[in-house]
Amino acid sequence: MEKPNLSYICSMSGGNKEFEQKLIQIIKNEFPTEKKKYLNYLKVGDYKRAAEKVHKIKHKISILGLAKSYRLTVNYENNLIDNKTVGQKDFEDVLQIITDFLETL
Amino acid sequence: MNSIIIDDEATARAIISQLCTNITELTVLEEFPNAIQAIKYLNQNDVDLIFLDIHMPDFTGFDFIDSLKNPPKIILTTSDSNFAIQAFEYDCIVDYLIKPVGLDRFMKAIEKAKSIKSAIKVKTASGKVETSSGNDLYVNIDRRLIKIDVTSIYLVEAKGDYIHVKTENKNYTVHSSLKKIEEKLPGNLFLKVHRSYIINVDKIIDIEDNSVLIKKDVIPVSRSKRPELMKRLNLL
Repeated sequence: MEKPNLSYICSMSGGNKEFEQKLIQIIKNEFPTEKKKYLNYLKVGDYKRAAEKVHKIKHKISILGLAKSYRLTVNYENNLIDNKTVGQKDFEDVLQIITDFLETL
Repeated sequence: MNSIIIDDEATARAIISQLCTNITELTVLEEFPNAIQAIKYLNQNDVDLIFLDIHMPDFTGFDFIDSLKNPPKIILTTSDSNFAIQAFEYDCIVDYLIKPVGLDRFMKAIEKAKSIKSAIKVKTASGKVETSSGNDLYVNIDRRLIKIDVTSIYLVEAKGDYIHVKTENKNYTVHSSLKKIEEKLPGNLFLKVHRSYIINVDKIIDIEDNSVLIKKDVIPVSRSKRPELMKRLNLL
Protein backbone atom coordinates (compact mmCIF):
# COMPACT_ATOMS: atom_id res chain seq x y z
CA MET A 1 0.00 0.00 0.00
CA GLU A 2 1.34 3.44 -0.92
CA LYS A 3 2.30 5.88 1.82
CA PRO A 4 1.29 9.54 2.17
CA ASN A 5 3.97 12.20 1.76
CA LEU A 6 4.38 15.97 1.94
CA SER A 7 6.06 16.47 -1.45
CA TYR A 8 3.26 18.59 -2.91
CA ILE A 9 2.97 20.78 0.19
CA CYS A 10 6.74 21.37 0.21
CA SER A 11 6.83 22.11 -3.54
CA MET A 12 4.05 24.70 -3.52
CA SER A 13 5.07 26.38 -0.25
CA GLY A 14 8.27 27.76 -1.78
CA GLY A 15 10.12 26.71 1.37
CA ASN A 16 7.80 28.63 3.65
CA LYS A 17 7.86 26.35 6.71
CA GLU A 18 5.33 28.46 8.56
CA PHE A 19 2.84 27.99 5.75
CA GLU A 20 3.57 24.25 5.55
CA GLN A 21 2.71 23.89 9.24
CA LYS A 22 -0.39 26.04 8.82
CA LEU A 23 -1.62 23.93 5.92
CA ILE A 24 -0.94 20.65 7.75
CA GLN A 25 -2.92 21.98 10.70
CA ILE A 26 -5.83 22.94 8.43
CA ILE A 27 -5.84 19.42 6.95
CA LYS A 28 -5.65 17.90 10.43
CA ASN A 29 -8.69 19.96 11.45
CA GLU A 30 -10.70 19.50 8.28
CA PHE A 31 -10.09 15.85 7.40
CA PRO A 32 -11.65 14.21 10.52
CA THR A 33 -14.82 16.30 10.08
CA GLU A 34 -15.15 15.32 6.43
CA LYS A 35 -14.50 11.66 7.28
CA LYS A 36 -17.11 11.72 10.05
CA LYS A 37 -19.71 13.34 7.80
CA TYR A 38 -18.98 10.84 5.02
CA LEU A 39 -19.50 7.92 7.42
CA ASN A 40 -22.73 9.45 8.76
CA TYR A 41 -24.17 10.02 5.28
CA LEU A 42 -23.25 6.49 4.30
CA LYS A 43 -24.88 5.10 7.45
CA VAL A 44 -28.21 6.77 6.63
CA GLY A 45 -27.98 5.78 2.96
CA ASP A 46 -27.56 9.33 1.64
CA TYR A 47 -25.08 8.34 -1.07
CA LYS A 48 -25.27 11.65 -2.91
CA ARG A 49 -24.04 13.62 0.09
CA ALA A 50 -21.55 10.88 0.91
CA ALA A 51 -20.18 11.33 -2.63
CA GLU A 52 -19.84 15.09 -2.01
CA LYS A 53 -17.67 14.38 1.03
CA VAL A 54 -15.62 11.81 -0.91
CA HIS A 55 -15.07 14.54 -3.50
CA LYS A 56 -13.61 16.88 -0.86
CA ILE A 57 -11.49 14.11 0.67
CA LYS A 58 -10.22 13.28 -2.83
CA HIS A 59 -8.39 16.63 -2.90
CA LYS A 60 -6.56 15.79 0.32
CA ILE A 61 -5.65 12.35 -1.02
CA SER A 62 -3.91 14.00 -3.97
CA ILE A 63 -2.27 16.64 -1.75
CA LEU A 64 -0.76 13.79 0.26
CA GLY A 65 0.65 12.22 -2.90
CA LEU A 66 -1.55 9.08 -2.92
CA ALA A 67 -1.85 8.63 -6.69
CA LYS A 68 -3.28 5.08 -6.75
CA SER A 69 -5.68 5.83 -3.92
CA TYR A 70 -6.82 8.91 -5.80
CA ARG A 71 -7.84 6.80 -8.79
CA LEU A 72 -9.82 4.33 -6.72
CA THR A 73 -11.49 7.25 -4.93
CA VAL A 74 -12.58 8.73 -8.25
CA ASN A 75 -14.26 5.39 -9.10
CA TYR A 76 -15.83 5.12 -5.67
CA GLU A 77 -17.23 8.65 -5.90
CA ASN A 78 -18.82 7.79 -9.25
CA ASN A 79 -20.25 4.58 -7.78
CA LEU A 80 -21.83 6.50 -4.91
CA ILE A 81 -23.38 8.94 -7.37
CA ASP A 82 -24.90 5.85 -9.06
CA ASN A 83 -26.19 4.68 -5.64
CA LYS A 84 -23.63 1.88 -5.42
CA THR A 85 -21.05 1.26 -2.70
CA VAL A 86 -18.54 -0.70 -4.77
CA GLY A 87 -15.05 0.29 -3.60
CA GLN A 88 -16.13 1.25 -0.07
CA LYS A 89 -13.65 -1.02 1.70
CA ASP A 90 -10.65 0.19 -0.33
CA PHE A 91 -11.64 3.82 0.17
CA GLU A 92 -12.06 3.41 3.90
CA ASP A 93 -8.64 1.75 4.09
CA VAL A 94 -7.24 4.93 2.51
CA LEU A 95 -9.07 7.01 5.12
CA GLN A 96 -7.38 4.99 7.85
CA ILE A 97 -3.95 5.41 6.25
CA ILE A 98 -4.44 9.19 6.16
CA THR A 99 -5.74 9.23 9.73
CA ASP A 100 -2.65 7.36 10.92
CA PHE A 101 -0.33 9.59 8.90
CA LEU A 102 -1.84 12.83 10.22
CA GLU A 103 -1.34 11.60 13.76
CA THR A 104 2.39 11.43 13.12
CA LEU A 105 2.61 15.09 12.04
CA MET B 1 -5.57 42.79 -9.67
CA ASN B 2 -7.94 42.49 -6.75
CA SER B 3 -9.17 38.95 -6.24
CA ILE B 4 -11.34 36.81 -3.98
CA ILE B 5 -11.35 33.06 -3.32
CA ILE B 6 -14.55 31.02 -3.08
CA ASP B 7 -14.23 27.42 -1.93
CA ASP B 8 -16.00 25.46 0.79
CA GLU B 9 -12.77 23.60 1.59
CA ALA B 10 -10.42 25.48 3.93
CA THR B 11 -7.41 23.51 2.64
CA ALA B 12 -8.11 24.63 -0.93
CA ARG B 13 -8.53 28.28 0.10
CA ALA B 14 -5.22 28.20 1.98
CA ILE B 15 -3.39 26.74 -1.04
CA ILE B 16 -4.74 29.29 -3.52
CA SER B 17 -4.06 32.11 -1.11
CA GLN B 18 -0.45 30.94 -0.69
CA LEU B 19 0.02 30.60 -4.46
CA CYS B 20 -1.21 34.19 -4.85
CA THR B 21 1.64 35.44 -2.67
CA ASN B 22 3.97 34.63 -5.60
CA ILE B 23 2.30 37.31 -7.76
CA THR B 24 3.10 40.84 -6.62
CA GLU B 25 0.30 42.51 -8.59
CA LEU B 26 -2.32 40.14 -7.18
CA THR B 27 -4.12 41.02 -3.96
CA VAL B 28 -6.48 38.58 -2.24
CA LEU B 29 -9.14 40.77 -0.67
CA GLU B 30 -11.30 38.09 0.90
CA GLU B 31 -11.91 34.34 1.10
CA PHE B 32 -15.40 32.82 1.24
CA PRO B 33 -16.54 29.29 2.19
CA ASN B 34 -19.69 29.66 0.09
CA ALA B 35 -21.00 31.60 -2.90
CA ILE B 36 -23.83 33.37 -1.07
CA GLN B 37 -21.43 35.31 1.15
CA ALA B 38 -19.37 36.19 -1.92
CA ILE B 39 -22.41 37.60 -3.75
CA LYS B 40 -23.13 39.92 -0.84
CA TYR B 41 -19.51 41.08 -0.92
CA LEU B 42 -19.54 41.66 -4.69
CA ASN B 43 -22.61 43.87 -4.35
CA GLN B 44 -20.44 46.37 -2.51
CA ASN B 45 -16.93 45.80 -3.81
CA ASP B 46 -15.20 45.69 -7.17
CA VAL B 47 -13.12 42.63 -7.91
CA ASP B 48 -10.97 41.87 -11.00
CA LEU B 49 -10.56 38.12 -10.57
CA ILE B 50 -12.32 35.28 -8.73
CA PHE B 51 -10.87 31.87 -7.89
CA LEU B 52 -13.97 29.73 -7.84
CA ASP B 53 -14.63 26.13 -6.84
CA ILE B 54 -17.34 24.35 -8.82
CA HIS B 55 -18.34 21.64 -6.35
CA MET B 56 -20.04 23.40 -3.48
CA PRO B 57 -23.17 22.21 -1.69
CA ASP B 58 -26.50 23.94 -2.44
CA PHE B 59 -25.06 26.68 -4.70
CA THR B 60 -22.46 25.50 -7.20
CA GLY B 61 -19.80 27.57 -8.93
CA PHE B 62 -21.89 27.69 -12.10
CA ASP B 63 -24.99 28.79 -10.13
CA PHE B 64 -22.82 31.56 -8.74
CA ILE B 65 -21.64 32.75 -12.18
CA ASP B 66 -25.21 32.66 -13.51
CA SER B 67 -26.32 34.88 -10.64
CA LEU B 68 -23.89 37.69 -11.57
CA LYS B 69 -25.00 40.37 -14.03
CA ASN B 70 -21.50 41.39 -14.99
CA PRO B 71 -19.04 38.75 -13.76
CA PRO B 72 -15.34 39.61 -13.49
CA LYS B 73 -12.69 37.23 -14.81
CA ILE B 74 -12.94 33.82 -13.18
CA ILE B 75 -10.42 31.01 -12.73
CA LEU B 76 -12.15 27.76 -11.85
CA THR B 77 -10.46 25.51 -9.32
CA THR B 78 -11.82 21.98 -9.10
CA SER B 79 -10.95 18.33 -8.51
CA ASP B 80 -13.16 17.36 -11.43
CA SER B 81 -12.14 17.63 -15.09
CA ASN B 82 -15.63 16.74 -16.31
CA PHE B 83 -16.84 20.34 -16.39
CA ALA B 84 -14.15 21.76 -18.68
CA ILE B 85 -16.37 21.99 -21.76
CA GLN B 86 -19.22 23.58 -19.84
CA ALA B 87 -16.74 26.03 -18.30
CA PHE B 88 -15.59 27.44 -21.61
CA GLU B 89 -19.14 28.33 -22.60
CA TYR B 90 -18.67 31.27 -20.22
CA ASP B 91 -16.72 34.24 -21.59
CA CYS B 92 -15.70 35.29 -18.09
CA ILE B 93 -13.86 32.02 -17.38
CA VAL B 94 -10.17 32.53 -18.04
CA ASP B 95 -8.83 29.13 -17.01
CA TYR B 96 -9.68 25.83 -15.39
CA LEU B 97 -7.30 24.49 -12.76
CA ILE B 98 -7.38 20.91 -11.51
CA LYS B 99 -6.60 20.48 -7.82
CA PRO B 100 -4.09 20.14 -6.36
CA VAL B 101 -2.83 23.22 -8.18
CA GLY B 102 0.91 23.46 -8.80
CA LEU B 103 2.80 26.75 -8.90
CA ASP B 104 3.75 26.58 -12.63
CA ARG B 105 0.20 25.89 -13.76
CA PHE B 106 -1.09 28.61 -11.43
CA MET B 107 1.34 31.16 -12.91
CA LYS B 108 0.12 30.30 -16.42
CA ALA B 109 -3.47 30.91 -15.41
CA ILE B 110 -2.57 34.30 -13.92
CA GLU B 111 -0.68 35.25 -17.10
CA LYS B 112 -3.84 34.44 -19.07
CA ALA B 113 -5.95 36.58 -16.75
CA LYS B 114 -3.47 39.45 -17.03
CA SER B 115 -3.30 39.29 -20.82
CA ILE B 116 -7.08 39.40 -21.12
CA LYS B 117 -7.21 42.36 -18.79
CA SER B 118 -4.55 44.17 -20.83
CA ALA B 119 -6.39 43.49 -24.08
CA ILE B 120 -9.53 45.08 -22.69
CA LYS B 121 -7.56 48.15 -21.59
CA VAL B 122 -5.91 48.59 -24.99
CA LYS B 123 -9.27 48.30 -26.74
CA THR B 124 -10.79 50.97 -24.51
CA ALA B 125 -7.90 53.34 -24.95
CA SER B 126 -7.84 53.10 -28.74
CA GLY B 127 -11.60 53.60 -28.86
CA LYS B 128 -11.20 56.87 -26.99
CA VAL B 129 -8.67 58.24 -29.43
CA GLU B 130 -11.05 57.69 -32.31
CA THR B 131 -14.15 59.11 -30.72
CA SER B 132 -12.88 61.79 -28.40
CA SER B 133 -12.39 65.39 -29.47
CA GLY B 134 -9.42 66.30 -27.34
CA ASN B 135 -10.16 66.64 -23.65
CA ASP B 136 -13.81 67.57 -24.02
CA LEU B 137 -16.86 65.73 -22.82
CA TYR B 138 -20.38 66.73 -23.88
CA VAL B 139 -23.23 66.29 -21.42
CA ASN B 140 -26.93 66.60 -22.13
CA ILE B 141 -28.60 69.08 -19.78
CA ASP B 142 -32.12 70.41 -20.52
CA ARG B 143 -31.79 69.37 -24.18
CA ARG B 144 -28.55 71.28 -24.56
CA LEU B 145 -25.19 69.64 -25.11
CA ILE B 146 -22.76 71.35 -22.81
CA LYS B 147 -19.04 71.01 -23.27
CA ILE B 148 -16.94 70.20 -20.19
CA ASP B 149 -13.16 70.16 -20.14
CA VAL B 150 -12.43 66.69 -18.75
CA THR B 151 -9.27 67.83 -16.96
CA SER B 152 -11.31 70.37 -14.98
CA ILE B 153 -13.51 67.63 -13.47
CA TYR B 154 -12.40 66.74 -9.98
CA LEU B 155 -15.30 64.63 -8.78
CA VAL B 156 -18.28 62.66 -10.09
CA GLU B 157 -20.87 61.51 -7.59
CA ALA B 158 -23.74 59.06 -8.21
CA LYS B 159 -27.14 60.17 -6.89
CA GLY B 160 -29.87 57.74 -7.85
CA ASP B 161 -30.56 58.07 -11.58
CA TYR B 162 -28.31 61.17 -11.78
CA ILE B 163 -24.66 62.03 -11.46
CA HIS B 164 -23.18 65.25 -10.10
CA VAL B 165 -20.18 66.33 -12.13
CA LYS B 166 -18.06 68.79 -10.17
CA THR B 167 -15.51 70.95 -12.01
CA GLU B 168 -13.15 73.79 -11.07
CA ASN B 169 -15.73 76.41 -12.05
CA LYS B 170 -19.14 74.83 -12.10
CA ASN B 171 -21.18 71.79 -11.08
CA TYR B 172 -23.53 69.85 -13.36
CA THR B 173 -26.33 67.40 -12.64
CA VAL B 174 -26.74 64.95 -15.50
CA HIS B 175 -29.21 62.12 -16.05
CA SER B 176 -26.66 59.32 -16.42
CA SER B 177 -24.84 56.64 -14.46
CA LEU B 178 -21.40 56.43 -12.91
CA LYS B 179 -20.64 53.45 -15.14
CA LYS B 180 -21.36 55.42 -18.34
CA ILE B 181 -19.22 58.41 -17.42
CA GLU B 182 -16.45 56.13 -16.16
CA GLU B 183 -16.20 54.69 -19.67
CA LYS B 184 -15.80 58.21 -21.11
CA LEU B 185 -13.20 59.49 -18.67
CA PRO B 186 -9.48 58.79 -19.23
CA GLY B 187 -8.40 55.93 -16.97
CA ASN B 188 -4.97 57.46 -16.34
CA LEU B 189 -6.57 60.50 -14.70
CA PHE B 190 -9.70 59.19 -13.02
CA LEU B 191 -10.34 56.40 -10.55
CA LYS B 192 -13.55 54.97 -9.14
CA VAL B 193 -12.70 54.88 -5.44
CA HIS B 194 -16.15 53.91 -4.19
CA ARG B 195 -19.34 52.62 -5.77
CA SER B 196 -20.71 56.21 -5.68
CA TYR B 197 -17.61 58.24 -6.49
CA ILE B 198 -15.08 58.78 -9.27
CA ILE B 199 -12.24 61.17 -8.50
CA ASN B 200 -9.58 62.95 -10.52
CA VAL B 201 -6.43 61.56 -8.92
CA ASP B 202 -4.44 64.71 -9.83
CA LYS B 203 -6.78 66.84 -7.72
CA ILE B 204 -6.33 64.97 -4.43
CA ILE B 205 -5.22 67.21 -1.59
CA ASP B 206 -4.68 64.53 1.04
CA ILE B 207 -5.54 60.98 2.05
CA GLU B 208 -6.47 59.88 5.52
CA ASP B 209 -7.40 56.31 6.45
CA ASN B 210 -10.21 55.39 4.11
CA SER B 211 -11.03 58.81 2.68
CA VAL B 212 -9.54 61.42 0.36
CA LEU B 213 -9.86 65.18 0.52
CA ILE B 214 -10.48 66.62 -2.91
CA LYS B 215 -11.25 70.36 -3.06
CA LYS B 216 -13.57 70.69 -0.06
CA ASP B 217 -15.13 67.25 -0.41
CA VAL B 218 -14.18 64.31 1.77
CA ILE B 219 -14.74 61.17 -0.29
CA PRO B 220 -14.84 57.62 1.11
CA VAL B 221 -12.49 55.05 -0.42
CA SER B 222 -13.61 51.40 -0.55
CA ARG B 223 -11.23 48.95 1.06
CA SER B 224 -10.97 47.09 -2.25
CA LYS B 225 -10.00 50.30 -4.10
CA ARG B 226 -7.39 51.51 -1.66
CA PRO B 227 -4.51 49.38 -3.06
CA GLU B 228 -5.19 50.65 -6.60
CA LEU B 229 -5.34 54.24 -5.37
CA MET B 230 -2.07 53.87 -3.49
CA LYS B 231 -0.41 52.44 -6.60
CA ARG B 232 -1.39 55.52 -8.56
CA LEU B 233 0.24 57.93 -6.13
CA ASN B 234 3.78 59.15 -6.44
CA LEU B 235 4.76 58.13 -2.90
CA LEU B 236 7.99 59.28 -1.31
